[in-house]
Amino acid sequence: MIQFNQVYKRYPGGHEALKNLSFEVAEGEMVYLTGHSGAGKSTLLKLIAAIERPTSGSVLVKGQNIRSIKLGAIPQLRRNIGLIFQDHKLLFDRSAFDNVMLPLQICGFDHRESAKRVRAALDKVGLLEREKANPIALSGGEQQRLCIARAIVNRPTILLADEPTGNLDSEYSGAIMNIFKSFHQVGVTLLISTHDESILRQFPARALHLKQGELQA
Amino acid sequence: MMNTLTEHLRVLRATLQRLLLTPNATLLNVAIIGIALSLPVGGYVLLKSVQSLAAQVTGTPQISVFLASGTSASEIERIGDKLKQHAAIERTEFISRDAALKKLQQSSGLSDVVGNLSQNPLPDAYIVHPRASDAAALEALRDELKTWQRFEHVQLDSAWIHKLEAVLDFGRLAVAILAALLSFALIAITFNTIRLQILTRREEIEVSKLIGATDAFIRRPFLYFGLTQGLLGGITAWLLVSGSLLLLNHNLAELTQLYASDFSLQHLSLADSFTLLGFSAYLGWLGAWYSVSQHLWQIEPR
Repeated sequence: MIQFNQVYKRYPGGHEALKNLSFEVAEGEMVYLTGHSGAGKSTLLKLIAAIERPTSGSVLVKGQNIRSIKLGAIPQLRRNIGLIFQDHKLLFDRSAFDNVMLPLQICGFDHRESAKRVRAALDKVGLLEREKANPIALSGGEQQRLCIARAIVNRPTILLADEPTGNLDSEYSGAIMNIFKSFHQVGVTLLISTHDESILRQFPARALHLKQGELQA
Repeated sequence: MMNTLTEHLRVLRATLQRLLLTPNATLLNVAIIGIALSLPVGGYVLLKSVQSLAAQVTGTPQISVFLASGTSASEIERIGDKLKQHAAIERTEFISRDAALKKLQQSSGLSDVVGNLSQNPLPDAYIVHPRASDAAALEALRDELKTWQRFEHVQLDSAWIHKLEAVLDFGRLAVAILAALLSFALIAITFNTIRLQILTRREEIEVSKLIGATDAFIRRPFLYFGLTQGLLGGITAWLLVSGSLLLLNHNLAELTQLYASDFSLQHLSLADSFTLLGFSAYLGWLGAWYSVSQHLWQIEPR
């Protein structure tokens, strides 16, 4: 599903964010990405979603090489990937419902079918009663769940989560991890970056540990 | 197909909502575009009215040929046949000196003066209606006729045509320059409006790109906005011109009555009206498109 071969990422100015990265994530697998902040976790996730391109090496996502992907092919790639951001990236000019609706509008779904899907996604993350609320009125944990609802409404085959439990207390983190676990059970490929050791103990899975851009055994 | 249509309808509705969300800004923008467009459109309307007035007054151009006095009836007939056979002449009209005198008596209100004349001072004349109507061809024909025998005087009112055409050309050029400049202004206004919108909707654009929006999807609402704003500006211009014409014609009626003329300013034809609306919508779209292509690529998610 996701395959890294000797991937380097160098930023202008010489900073090397990723060094000689090689690993594979199988279809339906759930994998943690651990390491201190600045270890290159976010950069790695950005490469998979073609937000950044590798300096050398190849990143294959569902058989497509991100290094040489055409600009016009990127939207289609991203529709297959659910992105969950640490800072949520919700839009405050519309309701929670409309935030989750956005990916379906982008894909050109039928309106009635979309509304059903949006409600199903909101129900999944426990926000169905808050569909009319503006995201700004939601708590941190609720915002994170809304971000998850937006990422899954499109039924992507890959979910990338960047520090999804980053600034939440353990009770909220547990709830969110349970949501992820249920996606894992229906065959979604999951890549979750975290520096929270307790989550790894509670929900064990394979972990890739990054240190200064390099993969640790 | 159905989905594409509903998507376009959704964007159109969102665009109208966006316009209504900031009514003052919308009103000002539309008014500026409307006023800018109404100036060349008004000029065009005036020009068209003057042109048709001129056509009414001058009719089709004609050449008057006055025969030398003492030309015999048989010679007059021979000349008439020769004129008829000329390739550049459509038809001729003979006005005998007696008929000319009668006409003068009737029309000019000089009947007393004319009645006191002891003899008819007018010559026999042919009115020549040429096929061509442009000044150069008319002058060539006049110069040719001048060389014919028994023609005392050949008169063509080309000076008047020249002057009128020069004035109309000047007017057309002025309107064209005005239209070009103000069209550019319209594009610039839209460009700037859309630029501000893109800046305020930066986050939305960024998020949309992250969840797989194509450039066309992101561009669409801005293009619709430019198009709609341009169209509303065009409608405003149309209303401004119509209102002004109504007002002017009302006043003009009193004026022309004094001159016993039925001259009035012509309104925009249906075709002209649609051209105006289409053009203003297109300019709005163009400004938006230009703005989007300038600014959108700068917003890439990081």
